[in-house]
Order: sequence, then structure tokens, then C-alpha cells
Amino acid sequence: MGVKDIFQYNWSYLLPEFTILGFATLLSLIDLGLRKRSRAVLGWLALAGVILAGGFVLWNAQIHQEPFSYMNDMLRVDSFGNAFKLIFLGGVAFCLIMSQSYMKISDEVTHRGEYYYLMLTALLGAMVMASSADLITLFVGLELLSISSYILVGLRKKVLQSNESSFKYLVTGAISSAMILFGMSYVYGLTGSTNLYQISQRLGEAYTSGFSFLILLSFAFLVVGLSFKISTVPNYMWTPDVYQGAPTPITAFLTAVSKAAGFAIVIRLLLVCFVGLIDPNLYASASGGRVFFEKPTFFLSVIAALSMIFGNTLALRQTNVKRMMAYSGIAQAGYLLVPFVTLTQLFFEQTVFYLFAYLLMSFGAFAIIMAVSHDRKSEDLGSFAGLYHRSPLAAVAMTIFMLSLAGIPVTAGFFGKFYIFISAVAVHQYWLAAVMIGTSVISYYYYFGFIRQMYMRPGNTEAPLPLPKGVVFIVAVTAIATVVFGAAPELVTQYVHHHFNSGFDFGNLLVPSSES
Amino acid sequence: MLNSYLLSLITFSPLLAIVVLAFVPKQQGGTIKWIGVLGTLLPLILSLMMFAGFQYESSSVQFAEKVPWVTIPLTGSPTGELVSLKIDYEMGVDGISMSLMLLTAIVATMAAIASWNIKRRLKEYFILFHILLIGMLGVFATQSLFLFFIFFELTLIPAYFLIGIWGYTEREKAANKFLLYNGVGSAIMLIAFIALFLNVPNEELQMTMNMSELTAAFASGELPPELMSPALQFGLFIALFIAFGIKLPIFPFHTWMLKVHVQAPPPVVMIHSGILLKMGAYGLLRMGIGFFPAEAYSFATWMAVLGVINILYGAVLAFVQKDMKMVMAYSSISHMGVVLLGLAAMNTIGFQGAVFQVISHGFISALMFFLIGVVWERTGTSTITELGGLAKSMPFISGVMLAGAMASLGLPGMSGFISEFLSFLGLFGVKPVLAALGTLGIILTAAYLLRAVLRTTFGPTPERWVRLADAQPLEVVPMVVLLGFIILIGIYPAVLSDPLQETLKTIVPIVHGIGG
Repeated sequence: MGVKDIFQYNWSYLLPEFTILGFATLLSLIDLGLRKRSRAVLGWLALAGVILAGGFVLWNAQIHQEPFSYMNDMLRVDSFGNAFKLIFLGGVAFCLIMSQSYMKISDEVTHRGEYYYLMLTALLGAMVMASSADLITLFVGLELLSISSYILVGLRKKVLQSNESSFKYLVTGAISSAMILFGMSYVYGLTGSTNLYQISQRLGEAYTSGFSFLILLSFAFLVVGLSFKISTVPNYMWTPDVYQGAPTPITAFLTAVSKAAGFAIVIRLLLVCFVGLIDPNLYASASGGRVFFEKPTFFLSVIAALSMIFGNTLALRQTNVKRMMAYSGIAQAGYLLVPFVTLTQLFFEQTVFYLFAYLLMSFGAFAIIMAVSHDRKSEDLGSFAGLYHRSPLAAVAMTIFMLSLAGIPVTAGFFGKFYIFISAVAVHQYWLAAVMIGTSVISYYYYFGFIRQMYMRPGNTEAPLPLPKGVVFIVAVTAIATVVFGAAPELVTQYVHHHFNSGFDFGNLLVPSSES
Repeated sequence: MLNSYLLSLITFSPLLAIVVLAFVPKQQGGTIKWIGVLGTLLPLILSLMMFAGFQYESSSVQFAEKVPWVTIPLTGSPTGELVSLKIDYEMGVDGISMSLMLLTAIVATMAAIASWNIKRRLKEYFILFHILLIGMLGVFATQSLFLFFIFFELTLIPAYFLIGIWGYTEREKAANKFLLYNGVGSAIMLIAFIALFLNVPNEELQMTMNMSELTAAFASGELPPELMSPALQFGLFIALFIAFGIKLPIFPFHTWMLKVHVQAPPPVVMIHSGILLKMGAYGLLRMGIGFFPAEAYSFATWMAVLGVINILYGAVLAFVQKDMKMVMAYSSISHMGVVLLGLAAMNTIGFQGAVFQVISHGFISALMFFLIGVVWERTGTSTITELGGLAKSMPFISGVMLAGAMASLGLPGMSGFISEFLSFLGLFGVKPVLAALGTLGIILTAAYLLRAVLRTTFGPTPERWVRLADAQPLEVVPMVVLLGFIILIGIYPAVLSDPLQETLKTIVPIVHGIGG
């Protein structure tokens, strides 16, 4: 392929990525020239970029639903990627608004220009992860997100905890990247290709011609490495430490956006490369020639179950709210793996809906956590004591988020969980469904821990909680959305179904649930 | 015209009070109390209209409403074609649920009046009280299992707050125990419901959540065994039995309920004992037996055994309690055993007895816990040995208490007599030995109730109780109303049996068509 061919592509589908890249560059240049310490203008500029990019993604989804491939799938704009990009962009938009408030109430972050443009590069990495079907670009996207995040976590430069978090994040992240690369190297060795679709075809042949062990090995390495990004078993122990030390908006970013990006790559890579392996000789048979199908889904179901169990039980004993949310996030990632395991026709809508609901509830919760912990100078659960008397509306909103995280109706979190749960029962994954619902009941205890503190314990102060405007905005939007999408989930699922599903090209991999 | 949305109107009518309360400043305690009480009159009046408009001759679901809500496309149909799970907003009542709604509305109004003694945080109290009321009315008014689950959960959250904030010293423990036990119960219920949706088609071979359609599907006896193996049917029956058994509560699952009865504020205990426990009985009859008549029939002996255990265990322990509240709590367990016996009889008389017992005990326990609250308000204690001779200073209250105890132990002419008589009569025909064992409970009931009530009201009056005031006008209302209903059912049972008749006629042939 010559340089000339590259220019012949219609690059307009990549406008969202170009926008983010352009704004990140612009921000870093403006940052050089700014004298004042305040970098609020950069934050608003970044937000403008994110909104613009969001507009382009929506436009893409409107006009073009067929997958569009650049350079042999190095970049692939399809509805799967578009839906995830919207989640990332929404999350980063919330994160930027939250950061504006954060900068006002806290002066721990001194390098504010870097803060904003690194967030954009992290976002760019996430977007690349969602829209590529090639091992190389997937890995580049992953590293772009990861390296930006390592720095973002450590930006409370004078705080020891933050340095520790950043260091831990870097080391565990590097190890998992190495594992991912190692796993990829086997895949490349077996197939001679980095294109996921070619890999998918050739791995099927390799599997039947005696390389099944190597395929399993590479699968194992990839899963262990990728479990770092989605913070599930076995690579989850970094989560509480990193969440605790990071600036709170960045914690929210890691919870919702970085995890969503992790799911994008997990789904794309594992689903295309491993779940759909087909033995060409058996293609016409009843099973459709699926040869490696049972194993990946079984491993993932074990990982999902263990994440739910560990996350929800370890959260019980936490007193630091950010650590508690970290363990909660591990459990939530476990729930999010269930659609992948069941792989019904609903798989995509379930994942997107739950990620969307999780985005809303975790950003809302972290916005309140940020306001409370900075006001009380403590991240202890006890800092929520008597919040109801200090700020009734914030307490009610927090209650909504906790009910949603716990999966109690009528909230988006409930419907998301119900949606996932129903397909697990439909494909007769009863044990996984039982673990899911059993650990949900356990989780009531710690989610209601917030509620106990806010309503039932007297606080040290009755002074009204100062709530910055950005926090108020996020909390209001997310709380209302959590209830509205809980009562009318079809607003989201139908939208996803109509705008993001027709080009979805994993369709043939999904299990018709009547079969099992 | 009104009839086509009467049930929704009743269920959501407490919203009016909630909205009004939201705008009343929290300092205006008196206004808030009046709004709180008047707010419960709206559902009461509407429920009476429903009672008046209810057609006794018809066995079908009345006041039906149906609005499509959410559609989940699934491919789980038996024939492999695409089937969607339609979640509809469906309301409708038959004789049983209509009576229970009326009971709910009456007890709620009385409990609202009893809330006059609540001193702290009145505004939140009444808002939560009305949310709880919506949940309770909805549970009985709905025809859809999904909505049933949502309303069931909707009772959980406000009840948790009401116990945890306004209860006595160990209120938080009681609230947590309440939450976790009921959380487990609803989790089991949800699993069973989803298995039902996915496996039982209605007449048009669509998945259904409609209770009547499910009952009809099971009753037709044409369920293909590949959809519902006998083992699965039995498993689902047991799941429902446990889920509602926790609520009722049945013997090994009862500990949470003792804590709640002792720790919750009196009006909440009135609601809890009077209505919330009855949701368990309702679920057992409507779903446990309604969906799985054959399984219930084969399980009837065990049900009767559990009923006898409940009766005797509750009665024996009630006899040794020092606290009036504990006496009545164990008494509730004992009386719920009678419900189980009535259900285990599996005939019209037994079912009628069970429903009578549910309603009758709803009134009686609400009355008794109201009186305990009234006495507590004056003396600050409910310990039997500390009380005594109250009849001198409070002749009216003591008289009503004695009357309530008489109703509870089954004095002819009061509702307790009819209900126990019918339950035992139903069971004697089929299981004489167990029925005879159960009647021992009646003797024990007389013993423990008379011991508790006579010791508190008669005997020498301690100096400090001499100058206590008798009932205030506002306190007289619940006493007279509740006692009035108890006597009304006792001397004119047709007021309840007429609406029940046709409904029970539809359940019994199902049971006997398969079981007998």
C-alpha cells in the first residue's frame, strides 16, 4: 500500500479521533504560553473538544452503519466502537466538569495543563482501543491510555499516597502489558497475522492441527493481562490502592472510562480471536464447527464469579470510601463479564446499557464523595455521617446511586442487572446467575453503609455542605438519568439497537439461546 | 370510566401527600402530621370505592389495566423463533387481593394516626411512610410478576429507613437484619420469577409475566415436560415457598422479624405485622399454590407440619416472654402457622380460613401493637412485670386490649374465631392428626395472651401508674375502627367471604384437578 492509497480513504469517519488529538495538541501548546496558575480555560477547551467529538460520533452513527475499515482494519469504525466511544466521551465530559470543581476546592494538583491534556490523550487511547481490529493498534491504544493514566494518578505530586498509587499502577500495568504482548506473540506466531479476522480463521485451523495447547496458553496470558484493565480477578489487587491515591475525578475516570475501554478490548479481542474459532471441516455440522467455544466462556465465567465474590465480600470491611468503591468496581466488572459468558443476542445491548448505567452511578457517587471528603478532610466512611442534615438533596442523590449500584429498582442499575441476569438464566447458566444475585444481596450491606451514615448517624457538624457548581451539575444529571433510564430503559436499549447494531459484526458468534 | 384506572389511582394516590409534604417546611410539625394522616385517607376512600364496585359473581380479574412497558427480545422460545419478553404494566384484582388492598388502606390510616407520637424528623417520616404505602398497595394490586417484584422491593427501602431511624436503641441492627433477610428472600423470588418467564408460555406461546396467564398455563396441564421438568417445577415451588416463607415468616427464618417487632416504632410495627407479613401469605397462595398446585398438593403434609411447628413454637415461646412486644411477635409467628395449616388443607374451607386469618390477624396485630405503643407512650416500658393494674388508670385502653386478646385467641363473635375455625375445619377433613396437634396451639394462645394481658391490666396498680391518662380522642379512633372490623368479620363473615368465594372457587379445582 502506497502513500497515495492512504490519502484515498475517506478520513471523515475518524473525525472524532482527530478532534481529540487536535485538542490535546492545542492544549499542550496553549499551556506553554499561559502564565497564570489557573488552567480553568484549558478544562473548558478540553470539554468543548470532547463535545465536538461526541457530535461527530453521533453523526457517524447516523449516516453510516456499515463497518468502515482503514488499512486492513488497523482502524475500524463500526457501531461497536461508536457505542463505546460515546461512553468514553460522556465519561470524560463528566470527568472534566468534575475536575473544574476539584481544582477549585483542592490545590493538590499543581500541573494542571498536563492534567487536562493527558486526560485527552488517555481518551484518545481508549477510542483507539474501541475501534481497531488489529493487534498492533489495539496495543498502541492500550498503552496510550495506560501511560496517560499512570501520570494522571500521580498528579497529586506532594501527596505520598498519590505517588505510591502511581508507582503501583505503573508496575502492575507494565507487568500486565508484558503479559498481553506475550499472549499476542503466540497468536502471531501461530497465524502470522495481526489482523483479528485473519487470526480468527487461521487459529481455527491451528487448533485442529495440534496447537490447541498453545492457543489455550495465549488465551490465558491475554486474559490475565487484560483483567488488569477491567480490574477483575486475577489482576485486581491494584485497584483499591490506586483508587485511593488518585485525584477523585481521576478515580472516577478509572472506574467508568478506563474500565469501559478495557471491556471494549476484551470483547473485541477475545470474542473475535478465541470464541469464534471454527473448524472449517465441521462448519456444516450442528455445532457450526465451533471448536474452542466452551473453554473461553467457562474461564470467563469463573473469573466473573470470583470477581463478584471477592469484590463484594472484601468491600464489606472497607472504611475508606474510595477503597470501598474500588472493590465495588471489581464486583461490577464481574457482573459486566456475564453477558460475555452468556453471549446471547442481547449481549451487546446488555453490555452497553450496563456500562452506561455504571457510568452514571459511579460518576454521581464520586462527585459526592469528592465534595464530602474534601469538606471533611477525610475519606473515611464516617465523613458521610449526618450528610442528610447537611445537604438533604445530596444525600437523596447518593441514596439513588447506592440503590442503583446495589441493583434495587427503580434505577438504571437494577434494570441493567436484570437484563444481564435474565439472559444468564435463559442460557441455563444457573450457577452464575445464583452467584450474581447472591453477591448482590451481600453488597446491600456496604452500599447501605452509606445510607446508614447519611441518615442514621449524627455528624460532627450541621453546617451545609458546600457543593461546587460542577458537582451539583453532575449529581443532578446523573441522579435524574439513573431514575429515568431505570423507569424507561428502552430509551437506551432501543437507541443502541437502532443506531449501533446493524453493523455489528459479531452476530454469527452469538449463541442462539434455544440451542443450549 | 374511573374503573379503568382505579387501581393505579389507589396505588399511586399516596404520591399526592408526598408531593405536598415536600413543600411543607419541616418546622411545621402539626401541619405535617395532618397531611400525613389525611394523605392516607385518599387511598382508603378509593379502596372503599373499589370494594363497592367489586362484582362478587365474577371470578375474573377486575379493574384490569394494561400498558406496554419494556420489551426484551430473547431467543429462548421452544420452537427457536424470536420471542420477546414483554414487560407490561398490568394491574388487576380478584377477591383475595381486593380484600388485602382494603386491609392495607385501613391499617395504613390507623398507623398514620398512631404516628402522632413520632417526635423526630416528621417530614421524612411521613414521606417514607407514604412510599411504603405505595409499595404495599402495588404488591396486591398488580397482575404482573415483574411489577410485583418491584413493589415488593419498594416496600423494603422505606421500611429499612423507618426501622433504622425511628426505632428503639438497637434500631440499626434490626434494620440491617430486616434488609438482609428480605434481600435474600427477594433474590430467590427473582430467580424463580425469571425461570417462570423463560419457561412458561401463555396461550399465544409468548413469554408472559401475567399471574393469571401463568396460573392458566400451569392449570391447563399441557406444559410440555421439556420446558418444565417435574424437578424444575418442584424446585421453583420450593424457591417460592422459601422466598415467601421468609416474609411470612416460617419457623427457621423468623429471627429477623422478632428484632423488627421489638425495635421498630409502633406504627411501623402495625404496618409490618399487619400488612408486610401478609405479603408472604399472599405470595404463597397466589404464586406458590396458584402456579404449582400439584407440587403444593404433594408438599401439603410438610406445609402442615411447618404450620404446626410455627403454631406451637410461637405459642410456647410467647408464654415465657417478658416483653409485651415479644409476646405479640411470637404470637404473630404462631398465628401465621394457622395460615399455613389453612393452605395445607388444599380445599375451599382451608383456603378461606387462611385468607380470613391473614385479614383478621392484620387487624388484630395492628390493634395490639397500637395499644402497646399507646401504653409505652405513657409508661415508657412494655415489660410485663413492670406494668400491672393499668385497668384502674386506663380502663378504656385496658378494655380494648382485653378485647383484642380475646379476638386473637379466637373468641366466637370475633374475626379470630372464624378464621381459625375455618382453617382447622379444612385441615381436619384431610389431616386430622396434624390438625389436632395444631389445635393445641389454641389452648396455648389463650394461656399466653391472658397471662400477658391480665398481668398488665389487672392486679395491684403500682404508685407510678395511678395517674396515667386514659385514651385521647385521636387514640380512640384506631382502637374503635380496628376493633370494629374485627367484630364485623366475626359476626358477619359474609362481608369477607362473599368477595372471596368466586376467587377461591377458581383456585381449588385447579388443585384438585391435578392433585386429587
